[in-house]
Amino acid sequence: MMFKTSTHKQYYKIKKRGNGKMNFQLSEEHQQLREMIRDFALNEVAPSAGERDEEERFDRGIWDKMAELGLTGIPWPEEYGGAGFDYLAYAIAVEELSRVCASTGVTLSAHTSLAGWPIFKFGNEEQKQKYLRPMAEGKKIGAYCLTEPGSGSDAGGMKTTAKLDGDEYVLNGSKIFITNGGVADTYVVFAVTDPTSKHKGTSAFIVESSFPGFGVGKKEKKMGIRSSPTAEIIFDNCRVPKENLLGNEGEGFIIAMKTLDGGRNGIAAQAVGIAQGALDAAVEYAKNRVQFGKPIVANQGVAFKLADMATSIEASRLLTYNAAWLESNNLPYGKESAMAKLMAGDTAMSVTTDAVQIFGGYGYTKEYPVERYMRDAKITQIYEGTQEIQRLVISRMITK
Amino acid sequence: MHLEFTAEQMMIRDMVRQFAESEIAPFIEKMEQGIFPHEILKKMGELGLMGITVPEEYGGAGMDFTSYILAINELSKVSAVVGVILSVHTSVGTNPILYFGNEEQKKRYVPKLASGEYLGAFCLTEPEAGSDAGALKTKAVKEGNHYVLNGSKVFITNGGEADVYIVFASTNPTRGSRGISAFIVEKNTPGFIVGKDEKKMGLHGSRTVQLTFENMKVPAENLLGDENTGFKIAMANLNIGRIGISAQGLGIAEAALEAAINYAKERNQFGKPIAVNQGIGFKLADMATAVEAARLLVFRAANLQSLGLPCSKEASMAKVFASKTAVQVATEAIQVFGGYGFTKDYPVERYFRDAKVTEIYEGTSEIQKIVISKNIN
Repeated sequence: MMFKTSTHKQYYKIKKRGNGKMNFQLSEEHQQLREMIRDFALNEVAPSAGERDEEERFDRGIWDKMAELGLTGIPWPEEYGGAGFDYLAYAIAVEELSRVCASTGVTLSAHTSLAGWPIFKFGNEEQKQKYLRPMAEGKKIGAYCLTEPGSGSDAGGMKTTAKLDGDEYVLNGSKIFITNGGVADTYVVFAVTDPTSKHKGTSAFIVESSFPGFGVGKKEKKMGIRSSPTAEIIFDNCRVPKENLLGNEGEGFIIAMKTLDGGRNGIAAQAVGIAQGALDAAVEYAKNRVQFGKPIVANQGVAFKLADMATSIEASRLLTYNAAWLESNNLPYGKESAMAKLMAGDTAMSVTTDAVQIFGGYGYTKEYPVERYMRDAKITQIYEGTQEIQRLVISRMITK
Repeated sequence: MHLEFTAEQMMIRDMVRQFAESEIAPFIEKMEQGIFPHEILKKMGELGLMGITVPEEYGGAGMDFTSYILAINELSKVSAVVGVILSVHTSVGTNPILYFGNEEQKKRYVPKLASGEYLGAFCLTEPEAGSDAGALKTKAVKEGNHYVLNGSKVFITNGGEADVYIVFASTNPTRGSRGISAFIVEKNTPGFIVGKDEKKMGLHGSRTVQLTFENMKVPAENLLGDENTGFKIAMANLNIGRIGISAQGLGIAEAALEAAINYAKERNQFGKPIAVNQGIGFKLADMATAVEAARLLVFRAANLQSLGLPCSKEASMAKVFASKTAVQVATEAIQVFGGYGFTKDYPVERYFRDAKVTEIYEGTSEIQKIVISKNIN
């Protein structure tokens, strides 16, 4: 009679006190933040999204407004110029921005997850005050330099070197596909300090764009996220002060991989936002587009497609928020963020494709935003670890 | 904003898990041969599992809805049959009396249902009235102190084995769904005829029968709620039933995933475990990701229902996603097992057969999509 013992009364007491402990509702603060960002995104980001996509134009003005609102340092403590909020709040911000403009979403995601995070986690106090604070305040933009022409998913194969010369490291090599490349001021750069040791021979550095020998190479032309610059970064005897070593020598690979775990949450949130934006547009269109005397949403062929889209988005969002919550509470989240990124990326791709389908011929034109959403969605299956890498991470963890 | 259970919820989960593994697992073979698990249900009654959410004053355990969903989920990992028996008994066998019965009806039936002395069932579906419940043809005509019921019902889970049936019949055929009334019918009522037990691809050991009512006289005091309010009663527990079945689907998927992972780690081919091949490893990763997403959808819906918040969209999403996941994951699990998976030596072929119905009952996936699309428009 396990349920009917004296513990039963105790249960009621505990329930009363702890009701909502299993809390699937967003807190008031998170909801307010969402509304604020939604408002900002609709008024300040959305109107120019199509044009910036066409022109491949990054808009620093939008960034500055985001900084004024405190969006550029959401998860960092106030002592480092941040908003002192959590990773869930940050995920909501990336989602809501991406819902209208995936480029703006990834600008914030790369800045926060890939550049701010490793400085916050591995930087010393001085580095945090010098670099994290202006980034959190939005005065500086961050970027992350890991990928090289011969080293994509296999980050251990990098060729960029860093040699200690007096009080400076001298960096040589080039990095490609750098999000925020060229517009960023602060770069977290990975380079080989000990070529004899594969993973343990990599180190991380904080590099300012003003350092001698720092150069911006080719700017990629892309199918999507076109108002987010993606550039090659070249280090030609780039001299980096010794005190800009992040963590210890040889810790670079661990810093890079841990950074990507959190970065996956950001990209999962971006993908959820893209998918939601496409669904919003598709629902609106399906309700208003009349064929055969009735709105096309009255056909189950369309309505069920919308239902499937909404269900996948909801599943992806729960995975993403769950992973962000785990990270906010210092719990393991590597598997969960890989799952979130995997499902959200696939959902973004399938939902945006279906959205174009619902719009028919109009969806294929630039008159409506869904073709942009579809082009933007594809990258979420590729960067911050391809879907194949996510599956590798997950399969290793579940078959351990 | 994440999945965390209270100490009490985890206690129930662990207790049910232990019970399922020690008491139900050894009984699976008998159920596969068609034997109804009365002896299991009796033990579940002793543990308080037959009335988890029933308030204490009516003999239940007075626990919250999430605890109940955890129980369905844990039972279904071992036996989808026991999972659905409890789901039907609770959500549509007991709850209608609890929510719509008068004090006398509640006192008379609920304590016995909560203790497991009585088993409950629900009679809505007819040959011509499946998803379109308003089209039912069974009629109830008032004669003095009785209603006389005539008609037949199909696909009645727990039918023939249950003691108490919530039966829906038309009291005013001109009004369609607004002319339906609900009745509490006891099994031994004259004119209550148990017909064919369906032979099914899965859920062996559960009962799915046809029932025929031939001039069946039901006392007027067994009318549940007011006359012509039956449709409301039938629909009132939809979310609860759907979340219950989503938890069943989730349980089947979790069991299939676990079996596939264990097999892939142990099965050696070409000198290494098959799990290290990306063809298998990535399949397992996709299965695990879908299961995790289903789990979050199921318990989010359960959480909303526990808090008394609106959740019809979330319940439908949980149901459609978890049931699809159950079918996909069970199918892939057989693939991971190869030829062995096709045999009865391993449980994955049973998971596969049991999974399919979760996309059909308590509202087909198509019905769920109607609910979802209406909610997002």
